Amino acid sequence: MGNALHVVVCAGTVPDPLQTLEPITGPNGPGVKNEMMLPAVLDPWAASALYEAANLVARNPGSKVWLVSLGSKAKLQQVMMAVAQKVSFELVPIDGPIGGFTDAHATAAVLAEAIAALPGLNRERLLLFGGWESATRGAGVTLQLVGERLGIIDQFQGVDQIEFREDGSFEVLERVEGGKHQASVCMGTPAVLGWATGNLAEPRNNPQTGMANMRTIMPALQKAKPAALQADGLHYISVALPKQHRTTRIEKDMTPDAIARELVEWIGAE
Amino acid sequence: MSSGMNMKEAGAAEPIERMTMEVDIACAGFGPAMGGFLTTLTRAWNENPTDPAFESKTAPGMPLQVLCYERADDLSAGVSGVVTRAKGIRASFPELNPAEIPMAVEVQKERVLYLLDPVGASRRSFTLRAADAVLRRLGRTLGIRDHAFELPWTPGFLHKQGGLVLSIGQFNQWVGAQVMASGLVQIWPGTPVSQPLIAGKAVKGVRLADQGVDKYGMPADGFMAGMDVRARLTVVGDGPVGAVGRAIDEQLGVPEGHARLEWALGMKMVIELPENSELEPGTVWHTFGFPEPEIFGFLYVHPERLASVGIFVPSWLGDPSRTAYRYLQHYIQHPALWRHLKDGNLRSWGAKSLDESGRIGEPFLSGDGFARIGEGSGSTNMLTGSGVDEAWTTGVQLGEAVIELLRDGKPFSKESLAATYETRRRASWVERGAREAENARNGFRGGTVKGVIGMALAGLTGGRLSLRAKIPPPQKHSASPIAGLNPKKLATLAQAALAGGRPLHDALLSARGWPEIEFDGRLLVTQQDALLMGGKVQALPGFADHVTFHDTQLCATCIQKTCISMCSGQAIKLGADGLPAFEREKCVHCGACLWNCIQTGQSSRAHIDFRAGAGGLHSAEN
Repeated sequence: MGNALHVVVCAGTVPDPLQTLEPITGPNGPGVKNEMMLPAVLDPWAASALYEAANLVARNPGSKVWLVSLGSKAKLQQVMMAVAQKVSFELVPIDGPIGGFTDAHATAAVLAEAIAALPGLNRERLLLFGGWESATRGAGVTLQLVGERLGIIDQFQGVDQIEFREDGSFEVLERVEGGKHQASVCMGTPAVLGWATGNLAEPRNNPQTGMANMRTIMPALQKAKPAALQADGLHYISVALPKQHRTTRIEKDMTPDAIARELVEWIGAE
Repeated sequence: MSSGMNMKEAGAAEPIERMTMEVDIACAGFGPAMGGFLTTLTRAWNENPTDPAFESKTAPGMPLQVLCYERADDLSAGVSGVVTRAKGIRASFPELNPAEIPMAVEVQKERVLYLLDPVGASRRSFTLRAADAVLRRLGRTLGIRDHAFELPWTPGFLHKQGGLVLSIGQFNQWVGAQVMASGLVQIWPGTPVSQPLIAGKAVKGVRLADQGVDKYGMPADGFMAGMDVRARLTVVGDGPVGAVGRAIDEQLGVPEGHARLEWALGMKMVIELPENSELEPGTVWHTFGFPEPEIFGFLYVHPERLASVGIFVPSWLGDPSRTAYRYLQHYIQHPALWRHLKDGNLRSWGAKSLDESGRIGEPFLSGDGFARIGEGSGSTNMLTGSGVDEAWTTGVQLGEAVIELLRDGKPFSKESLAATYETRRRASWVERGAREAENARNGFRGGTVKGVIGMALAGLTGGRLSLRAKIPPPQKHSASPIAGLNPKKLATLAQAALAGGRPLHDALLSARGWPEIEFDGRLLVTQQDALLMGGKVQALPGFADHVTFHDTQLCATCIQKTCISMCSGQAIKLGADGLPAFEREKCVHCGACLWNCIQTGQSSRAHIDFRAGAGGLHSAEN
C-alpha cells in the first residue's frame, strides 16, 4: 500500500479508572476529589485509538503519528512513562488544567489550533483519531468539534476497524445497535475516527521504543505551551458517578442454581 | 545508549533472540532508596549539565544514560504508609513542606498502647495473662480505658517526634516526578526485571521479564523476549523479595554468618475516618498485645480524615494459623481503635513483606558492577522500627559515591564502590543504628515479655547489652504445632475446611474462639471485596505466573499450608485437588509465600519460587 498517512491522535489523561473516584464541588465547580493525588492513565478509549494508529502507520510506510494531549504537564509526564514503551509517536503536549470539567468547544478550539500548527502536517493525508467515549468526563462531542474546526467533513464514531484499499479509499466499521457494525467506504483522507475498543491487544512494553520516544517527549514537555480554556459562560451545576452498589453477603448453604436464580432476579430488578 | 540483537539462551530448547541495550546505569526497583539515589544524581547533574563527568560512556556525546525499571504499574501503586523520623529525607530536602506531598503531615502526637484482649481468644502465656489480670485490677488507677494501657513513658529510640507521616505511594510519585523532570533519568513502571546478568563475580546489567508468555513462561501470542539491559553499574533496590537481589545472593553468596532469618507481613487499611473524628492529623499510635501478643500494630493519621491502620505479623509468631487479613479485622475492632474507626470507610488496603533481620540479613553491599541499597540491603532498623529514612539515606550515599567515581574517572568496580559507597555507609548513622539494633529483638524467641525487655535493654544501652538467641530459619518458626488443638480435632477441622472450600487457618481461628467477622460492607468487608476497593488488584495478560511450587507432593502432605494462610490477597487458595493453587490476578506481590513455606527446609532450595511479575495493587493511597 502506498498510503503515507498523517495520523493525529487526540488523547487526554484521566484518573486511573481502578481508583475510587469521588465527585466534589470546589470553588471552580465540580471536580474529582484529590485528582492530583490519583495516578493517571491515558484515557482508555483514546489509548485504543493510539494503538490502532500505530498499527496503521506500521502498515503504511512513510506515515507518522502525533499524540496531542491537553492536560497537566506533571500528569502527562507520568502517563508517558506508561505509554511511551508501547508504540512510537511524537507528543504534542498542551499544558492545561489539572482536572475539573471544561467546555468542549473551548477544548476543541485549543486542540484544533495545536493540530493546525503542527510542522510538516499534510492535512490532505490527515486522519484525526480519538476516543469515542471517555473513562471519566467525555462530553461526547469534542472530537467532532475539532474535526469541524479543521474542516474535515467525513466523520465516523464507535469505530472498531479501518481497512485501506489500494486506491486510497478505506472501509470503516462503526458500532451500531444489536452488537453489529455498519460498514462505510470513504473515498479517502482527511477523516475523523472516534474509536471504540478496536480489535488490537494492548502492545507489549518495548524498552527501545520507550527510549526513542523519550528523546522527543521530555523536550516537548519542557516546551509545552500553557493553554487557558475559555468557559464562555458555561458552568456545570453538579456531577455524579454512575450508579454503583456493592452488597456483600455470605451464603453457606445456597445451591448454585439458587444463587443463579437470585442473580437473575436482581439483574432484572435493576 | 547502544543496542543490538543477541543471543542464544543457555539451556533453552530453542534459541531465544533477545534485544540488548547498553546504558551507563541500570536500576531495579523504584522505592525510597532509589528515590534517594536518583535525586542525588540528578541534582549534581542539574547543577552543571556540561560537567564532562556526566557524559555517557555508552552513548558518547550524550548525558549519562540512566534507566530505572519498576515492577508495579505506577510509581505510586501498592506501597505502604509510614511514620518516619525523616532525618535523611529532610537532609535532601531542607525546605521540605509536607503540604506539597499528598497525605503527608508532621508527627504531632505519639502514644504507645498495650492492648489487652477483650475477646479472650488471644494466645497469651501464663505470665502475660497474670500481668493482664493485674492491669485489669488496677485499671482505674493506671488509667486503663477501652482495654488499653498507655505507657506513661516511652524511651527515645521509639519516638518519631519531628518526623513525618507519609504515604509512600504519594511520596514516590512526588520524588519520581522531580527526578524525571530533570531529563537525566527515565523511570519505567510496569516493567519487571527478571534477573541480573552475571558474568563470573560481576553484574553486567539486568534482563527484563519476557512478555507474551503463558502462565508457565512459554512463548505464546505476541511473545517478546525480555531485553538484556547491559550497564556499567547496576543499582539493586528491588526490596527484600525482589528477584534481582535474591538472584545475586544465590549466585554470589552472602557475607559469612549473614542470613535473612526474620520477616514480618505488614498489612494495613487506609480508612476514611468518620466526620466527627477527634483524631488530629499527625497522630501516631504504636500498639502491642493484640490480636496476638507477637503482633504489633499502628495507627497514623494523615490530613483530610484519612488514617493508615495496620499490623505486623512476624515470622516468629510460632503458629501456622496466621491469616493477617482476619487478624487485621479483629485488630481494628479492638475497643481502643474501634471507638475512632467505627462508621469509617475502607478506602484501600495493602500488604508487604518486611525483612526484619536488619544488619544480620545484610548482603554484600557492592561488587563488580553492582551496588545494593534500601531494605534489600539490610538497612531497616528493627529497634526503632524504621526503614524508609534509612533506605533513602543508603540511596543518597550511593549517589554521592557514584558522583565521586564519575568525577575521578574510576570504574564501578568492587574496590572503588567499597571505598566510596560502603565507606560512607559504614561511617553513617544508618550503620550505627543497625549495629545498635542488631540483637535487639532476640528476646522475642522467648516470648513477648522477654522480647520487650530485650528491646528495652538494647535501646537504652545503645546496643551494648542485649539478649542472646539462636534464630532458626523463618520456615521453622511456623512449623510448630497448632496451638491448643489435638491432632484429632485438627484433622477434623482440616477435612471440614477442605470440604467447605474454606482455608484451614480461618477455621482454626474460629475454633480457637475468635468470633466470626460481622461484615458491614463499609469497613468490615470480605478479603475479596478488599481486593476490589481503592485501586484494585490487576495482572496484565502475557506474563508468567510469578509464584510456583516446585514439588506438589510436598504440598499434598503439608497440613499447615501456611502459603494459603499467609497469602495477603487470597491468591493462593486450596484447589479442588487439595493442593495450593495460585491465581495471579489476585496477587498483591507481598512475597509472604516466599518465607512462610514450612516445606522449604525439606529440600536444598526454596519450595516456593517468587519471581518478578507485573501487576499488583493499583492503590495510590497506600
